[in-house]
Amino acid sequence: MQSVILKTATRLMVGLILIFAIYLLLRGHHEPGGGFAAALVAGTAFALFAITEGPGKVRRAVRLRPATIAMAGLGVAVAAGLPALFMSRPFLTGIWWNVGTNLAVGTPLIFDIGVFLAVLGAILSILLALEED
Amino acid sequence: MANAQPDSRRHAAGCNKLGLFSTAIPLLLFAGLCYVWPEVIRGRVFQIQWPWMPSLDLCLRFRLDGLSLLFSLIVTGTGFFVALYSSSYMAGHPNAGRFFIFLHAFMIAMLGIVTADNLLLLFVFWEATTVLSYLLIGFDHESDTARNNARQAILVTGAGGLALLIGILLLKTAGGSFTLSQWVASDDQIRQHALYPFIFIMVLLGAMTKSAQFPFHFWLPNAMSAPTPISAFLHAATMVKAGIYLLMRFHPLLGGTTAWMGTLVVVGGITALWGAVQALGPCDLKRVLAYTTMMALGILTMFLGGQTTPALTAAATFLLVHALYKASLFLAVGSIDHETGTRRLDRLGGLWRPMPLTALAVAAATMSMAGFPLFFGFIGKEIMYKGALTEEMFPFFATTAALLSNALMTAVASIILLGPFTGKRPTTMATVCEAPWTMRLGPGIMGGLGILFGIIPGWVSDNLIQPAVLAFHPAKEEVRLAFFHGFNTPLLLSIITLTMGGLIYLFRHSIRVFITAAIDRLPVTSQRIYQNSLDLFMKTADIITNGLQNGSLHTYLAVIVFSMIAAVGWPWINSALTAFRTPQTTGHMTAVGLVVLISAATVVVITAKKRLAAIGGLGAVGAGVALTFLVFGAPDIALTQLLVETLTVIIVSLVLLKLPSIESAKKRSVPRRAVDAFLSLAAGLLIASLLMGIGSNPLDRSLTAFFEAQSYLTAHGRNIVNVILVDFRSLDTLGEITVVVLAAWAGVALIRRSKER
Repeated sequence: MQSVILKTATRLMVGLILIFAIYLLLRGHHEPGGGFAAALVAGTAFALFAITEGPGKVRRAVRLRPATIAMAGLGVAVAAGLPALFMSRPFLTGIWWNVGTNLAVGTPLIFDIGVFLAVLGAILSILLALEED
Repeated sequence: MANAQPDSRRHAAGCNKLGLFSTAIPLLLFAGLCYVWPEVIRGRVFQIQWPWMPSLDLCLRFRLDGLSLLFSLIVTGTGFFVALYSSSYMAGHPNAGRFFIFLHAFMIAMLGIVTADNLLLLFVFWEATTVLSYLLIGFDHESDTARNNARQAILVTGAGGLALLIGILLLKTAGGSFTLSQWVASDDQIRQHALYPFIFIMVLLGAMTKSAQFPFHFWLPNAMSAPTPISAFLHAATMVKAGIYLLMRFHPLLGGTTAWMGTLVVVGGITALWGAVQALGPCDLKRVLAYTTMMALGILTMFLGGQTTPALTAAATFLLVHALYKASLFLAVGSIDHETGTRRLDRLGGLWRPMPLTALAVAAATMSMAGFPLFFGFIGKEIMYKGALTEEMFPFFATTAALLSNALMTAVASIILLGPFTGKRPTTMATVCEAPWTMRLGPGIMGGLGILFGIIPGWVSDNLIQPAVLAFHPAKEEVRLAFFHGFNTPLLLSIITLTMGGLIYLFRHSIRVFITAAIDRLPVTSQRIYQNSLDLFMKTADIITNGLQNGSLHTYLAVIVFSMIAAVGWPWINSALTAFRTPQTTGHMTAVGLVVLISAATVVVITAKKRLAAIGGLGAVGAGVALTFLVFGAPDIALTQLLVETLTVIIVSLVLLKLPSIESAKKRSVPRRAVDAFLSLAAGLLIASLLMGIGSNPLDRSLTAFFEAQSYLTAHGRNIVNVILVDFRSLDTLGEITVVVLAAWAGVALIRRSKER
């Protein structure tokens, strides 16, 4: 789409939206947000980018193939369940290192990152496939 | 189609090393069985058990008694000779490796059937043999005939397997045990149970399909498209006997009733006669043998209908007699095919000179089959007549059926021996030579055993037959096989059999013409019924698939929505009206405003002239719903909903802008649009009424209370929704993101595919 206003705005916006997505991802445990919502926000950013600059640029910027991102997400999510097994507790039991009020770090956060990557990969693969002619 | 074409190409010479080495498997198993043999004769029962799925009453429980021993010896013994034979027969075949894997896998599965002490375990092995039989019949998978025959076999025996499973489960319902060795205790309880007829019919269906009993016999002759050693092993000596084994095992539990005795005698008798008559017809030696197998299976079933020791001893004896001569004959026919390139009776002749050892083996086997004195077949026939005369139901029918089919067998045996080996050798077969030793050993030894066992029937009786019969029929009287029982009715019947057989052989040409003509005139045959129902099934599937999957997204949606309305709406319809009668009056003004917004957006969607306007309208509806969530205190869901809506609008606009203009949809016929409108309205009303119905009852808030209380304490998070997603129910989430990724993958494949067109 050839629109100077949209193009200029997009350049500024995409980075901000992505940062917002990461903010949503990290704060999700206490406030509205989380991996799924963050992935949707990030997906919107990439959609905007793809509409203005074309899907080829998005692919080059992302570097990884969307399917790889999705698979990595599934892998991270599964890996987040493993520490519990080593401590002889059921698969995916939450293990915490730091229980803070602002950012709680533990396997549930890693699991949420896995969700984020899986959903983002899925959105990107559909989006880019649709955009490409 | 029915005639499997004779294999015209000559097989390669040489020997498959893998096949030769793999004969160690059956040989070692056979040796192991020989080692425990004396113990089993003395009445010891070997038993081992491992748990598998205790919750289903399924355990790996194996048991070796006299009956299992007899079957296991047959399975491993013929298995060894067949594997040895195949190492030459299959030499140079590109798929020889696969062949040997199937062969030995089948043998293990068959051993599993005859040693399993748990019915479900038996069923697992039963199905395994069905599948392996399918793979082996269709081994020549590039041939249409072989594939059709394989499919026929798996459909018939697979359906029977399902019936057997139903029978097993009904048996459990009726209070029976899955453990076979516990059956003697709960004796009359099953036979008097109201479910008995159903259990009996289901088990019988399983046995009848597997053992090719009339009217399910038709798959067996067609199964001859398998490689010949497979026909010898599966479709003569072992797999088709699985049904017989099943009937023997169920005999103490289900046998002895009028239904059991009557059905088995009649079904078995008809099968035996029909198989024996048809055996005179075909020119292909393998088909001839297939029909004689059918006759043998019929005889076995008929005798299992009996309740007396002679009848059951006859079944066990004939089982061994038949396994020996039939495996030997099949392998010999394979040798003839291998060396001459054909197995058609009208093209073969005079082979005794180039193939003297094979001729000798066939002579021994056919003599046993015909039941000449001094051969094991004679002993089998004597005890058969003794058994038939003592049948409790229809002894006259049983005796007549046995007499006639035995006479026909004698004639067929003469044809098999005299046809290919005597007479004038065709000039094309001048260079034919004897088969290699690997292919002579099996027929030779199994044919030779037919003579040996005929000379020492007492030993066979003590060491093989009686322990087997004792395992499923605690006998009050001993029936010992003997060389000569004195001048009595069975001997007289034997003499009549041989005379009649000779006469039939003399008039075989006119009889063959008559039989072929008669079979062609039959108005109904099982084969045709099978073919017609298969065609009907395929046509119905075609119609349904083309109706539902016609490629129009519009139809798919209509069908899905209609199904949902029908499935959910039907049970809900009465309560739906009451749900509407209790409107919620305590809404505040914001909610009313949102309702107005959503309604206005809906009107836009319906009346839009351009797709983009419709998409925008849909997005507004979604945003309205998201705002509703926000107003009623669910910011997390509202956020997600809003984001999903945004992304949906982006993706949908990417897709829809490429579609033809929305005007074309508006040109649809009025009735069609009316149906669409009805479906949309009905779906909307249904969901609305469901939601109102849920809202009219007080919600069970105990789960909410639990999560509210535990969210921060145990999961260290204040956002309950997120805590549920990533901690409490994280396994569900893992499943969901897997679905998301897979759906995306499928979507990409579809998009790429439609772009390639």
